[in-house]
Amino acid sequence: MNWPILSVVTFLPLFGALLVALFVRGNERWARGTARWIALWATLVTFAISLVMVWRFDGGSPEFQFVEKYNWLGIASYHMGVDGISLPFVILTTALMPICILASWTAIQTRVKEYMIAFLVLETLMVGTFSALDLVLFYLFFEGGLIPMFLIIGVWGGPRRVYASFKFFLYTLLGSVLMLLAIMAMYWQAGTTDIAVLLRHGFPIGLQKWAWFAFFASFAVKMPMWPVHTWLPDAHVEAPTAGSVILAAILLKMGGYGFLRFSLPMFPAASHEFGPLIFTLSVVAIVYTSLVALMQEDVKKLIAYSSVAHMGFVTMGIFAATTQGIAGGIFQMISHGIVSGALFLCVGVVYDRMHTREIAAYGGLVNRMPLYAFVFMVFTLANVGLPGTSGFIGEFLSLIGTFKVNIPVATLATLGVILSAAYALWLYRKMIFGNLKPSLEGIRDIGWRECVIFAPLVVLTILFGVAPKPVLDMSAASVAQLLENYNHAISAAKTATLMAQ
Amino acid sequence: MTQLPALQDLLPLLPELLLACGAMLMLMVGAAIGERSSAVVNGWCVIIFALAAAALLWLPRGPHAMFGGSFLVDDYARFLKVLTLIGSGGALILSLDYLTFEKQQKFEYGALFLLATLGMLMLISASDLIALYLGLELMSLPLYVIAASNRENARSTEAGLKYFVLGALSSGMLLYGASLIYGFTGTINFAGIAKATQNGASIGLIFGLVFLFVGFCFKISAVPFHMWTPDVYEGAPTPVTAFFAAAPKVAAIAIFARATVVAFPGITHQWQQIVVFVSIASMALGAFAAIGQRNIKRLMAYSSIGHMGYALVGLAAGTPEGVQGVLVYMSIYVAMTLGTFAVILSMRRDGRYVENIGDLAGLARTHPTMAFFLGVLLFSLAGIPPLAGFFAKFYVFLAAIKAGLFTLAVIGVLSSVVGAYYYLAIVKIMYFDEPAKGFEPMPTLLRLVLGVSGLINILFFVYPAPLLGAATVAAKSLF
Repeated sequence: MNWPILSVVTFLPLFGALLVALFVRGNERWARGTARWIALWATLVTFAISLVMVWRFDGGSPEFQFVEKYNWLGIASYHMGVDGISLPFVILTTALMPICILASWTAIQTRVKEYMIAFLVLETLMVGTFSALDLVLFYLFFEGGLIPMFLIIGVWGGPRRVYASFKFFLYTLLGSVLMLLAIMAMYWQAGTTDIAVLLRHGFPIGLQKWAWFAFFASFAVKMPMWPVHTWLPDAHVEAPTAGSVILAAILLKMGGYGFLRFSLPMFPAASHEFGPLIFTLSVVAIVYTSLVALMQEDVKKLIAYSSVAHMGFVTMGIFAATTQGIAGGIFQMISHGIVSGALFLCVGVVYDRMHTREIAAYGGLVNRMPLYAFVFMVFTLANVGLPGTSGFIGEFLSLIGTFKVNIPVATLATLGVILSAAYALWLYRKMIFGNLKPSLEGIRDIGWRECVIFAPLVVLTILFGVAPKPVLDMSAASVAQLLENYNHAISAAKTATLMAQ
Repeated sequence: MTQLPALQDLLPLLPELLLACGAMLMLMVGAAIGERSSAVVNGWCVIIFALAAAALLWLPRGPHAMFGGSFLVDDYARFLKVLTLIGSGGALILSLDYLTFEKQQKFEYGALFLLATLGMLMLISASDLIALYLGLELMSLPLYVIAASNRENARSTEAGLKYFVLGALSSGMLLYGASLIYGFTGTINFAGIAKATQNGASIGLIFGLVFLFVGFCFKISAVPFHMWTPDVYEGAPTPVTAFFAAAPKVAAIAIFARATVVAFPGITHQWQQIVVFVSIASMALGAFAAIGQRNIKRLMAYSSIGHMGYALVGLAAGTPEGVQGVLVYMSIYVAMTLGTFAVILSMRRDGRYVENIGDLAGLARTHPTMAFFLGVLLFSLAGIPPLAGFFAKFYVFLAAIKAGLFTLAVIGVLSSVVGAYYYLAIVKIMYFDEPAKGFEPMPTLLRLVLGVSGLINILFFVYPAPLLGAATVAAKSLF
């Protein structure tokens, strides 16, 4: 049983993409169908294998597991592995991909083959980002994801797709190139780019500060944190439904994952020092973008701004650097991955039928689409953070974690919970309740394919809301070790300062 | 009895001899048989390039110093010579279809390629100032002629003339610099100059160095000596532009690196400032000036100016890692350039060539494979991982960071973001826009070049060891 399971999970989608690229041709209708089925099967099998990983994963150990290491560049190696922090994201990715393929089943009718290839390549790059244990390899996957996403937004997007795709690409690239330079500086300082080694390395404080800012530039854009979030609403609005789902559910999480994997453990002293900066930006994001969300007329834009606000909880929790804060940050990311992905799918359902995303165009949908109203309600409440849904656990934990270190920040952030209730429930009331708009007379309720898409998401949202233990347990050991090292480094730095005085 | 060892002593010179004799033979064949032999002669020239490359790889490695130490065959020269031959041979392969189509078949064309490449090989091996100048002129004179090879076309003639006048001026400056250096050190040999400058240099010598650099910068089209590039690229026949973009730059940057690293290690600080400035200026100008271009050949001109700036980042470091970075950069640059020009040479519609970027509209639907490969090349040129172009940039910046050139590195990566914009703009035209009328089917040879270069760019990250290893060995032989 020594097959490289992690590499298989990573590269199986790429193999699927190759199959589609090389063998699907000829008759237009046949090609479209085959491309869809190959993509669905590739993602489903990948998901199944990733579940095997969960089953074989030893949650009690904080070490990297399923490790593979081969010589590659000389300075960098092909080093893959997952621990309790990265595995949840790998599973989130593999789980959402089949759903995205299904969600695009009828919505995408042009250039289906290329669409499926782009998504499969993207999956490989996303899984690789979360499981790379070498900085250069990580960067390769992290940046490589820009290419398929650029094409997905640009080719299959809405009317302003060109603007949105360029903004997305250049913004993210600008943040990342600085990180690349920091990676190089770290290599010359430590003599390796192996993440497992670097986690124990202990960089000098001067380098820590510069490198922290360089990594921050990249992850803050990706996350996105206020004030570099402006690419997100544009990208979300213009992207096709499945693109929005991936963007909200997974690409944004790369920023949070990066903070957890690099900024906090590798630059602890700098993280401690710049913690207040992160707190400030997070609180601004939570309060300000929630207010902005209240003013939106476009459904997708509203959800996009709410994403920025929710990511504010994540950064706040992570940099609180307490057990609850970090666990809450991770949980919030997983939960937001499911919930915001599902919300974008909900928007996709009505968009496919009415081809408009304006909130004002909808109203009284509950009369024609009772099932849809129920599904939408579950996710709206999870977005608000109602107890019993997964959204509550994440927000609650990160708030507790922050409360322990900084009460004013936690208090202000709690305002965000109220505001999120305001915009989410307002949106729900506008779209679902009230009088049925005449143009909506003929609208159909969700069909069996859409039920298949939503059922697992509804179940998971509620399941994680009442029993969050599996996710929390999976990452507990790794989080504990991270914090131990972090606190150790902080106290060492403090002693050093005292000694100097 | 004395002749046999003498011939053996010339063995390391075999590739150069092959090119020289080949060029003369081809000229004679062409002159004897006349114009109708042109296609065959040009085809044979490709074979001669291949033979020369094979000879290079077959010959024993060890460093050979010939002609009293003025001609050096070491690992560095071997690496760059193979690369130059690939660049020249590739450009000639790209030419074959074009010449037939445009009814421009001339037997001198291939022979001039051979002669220019001979000059490049000599330039790469040069290890004193005279050999350097000799190689440089032997390279440049055929290039002036080929630039103007389309005699009936006013723009081609203008390109040739412009290139000649400015090139002659820069040669003069280089010669002036060389004579100043000789005057202040008393030697023309690189190793001798290194000895004379190991404890710093007089202001006169620095002047000489600056003039020498002017000559180099002109040849690699680095800012502020880049003015000729867009006009010559646009005016010259397209395959000639491909040749200009691929081969002479490799040779020129090779001698640039060799001369600075071998002859002036004692005054690294002085020349480093110049290289850093030139590098920053080239990267920035290449990135910003390309944005407004409509003609794809002009765009490639600015793109190549930018790329030379990135290659110089490695040289600025002045370390073995830096030189290794330059070598990796140039190798990948040649691969990207040849592939891109294969596409440009396939932009043929209604029986004539088109050059506007807008003509590529909707290429993804009319020619999906071609669009895919061009897309790969463009992302690679922009330096997006996991494509080869990323690794090219990675290694030069890695060296710059080690050398402590942080400002240079930061400006470099930022201008690569600006540069990404115009490459993306072409991808946008190909993939997002509505299709224009399709091109004529792509000729087989061009398909071949595009396919090979595209696959190299995609798959480089799978097995990078051979190129990286060879570049490391080659860079070490300079230090």
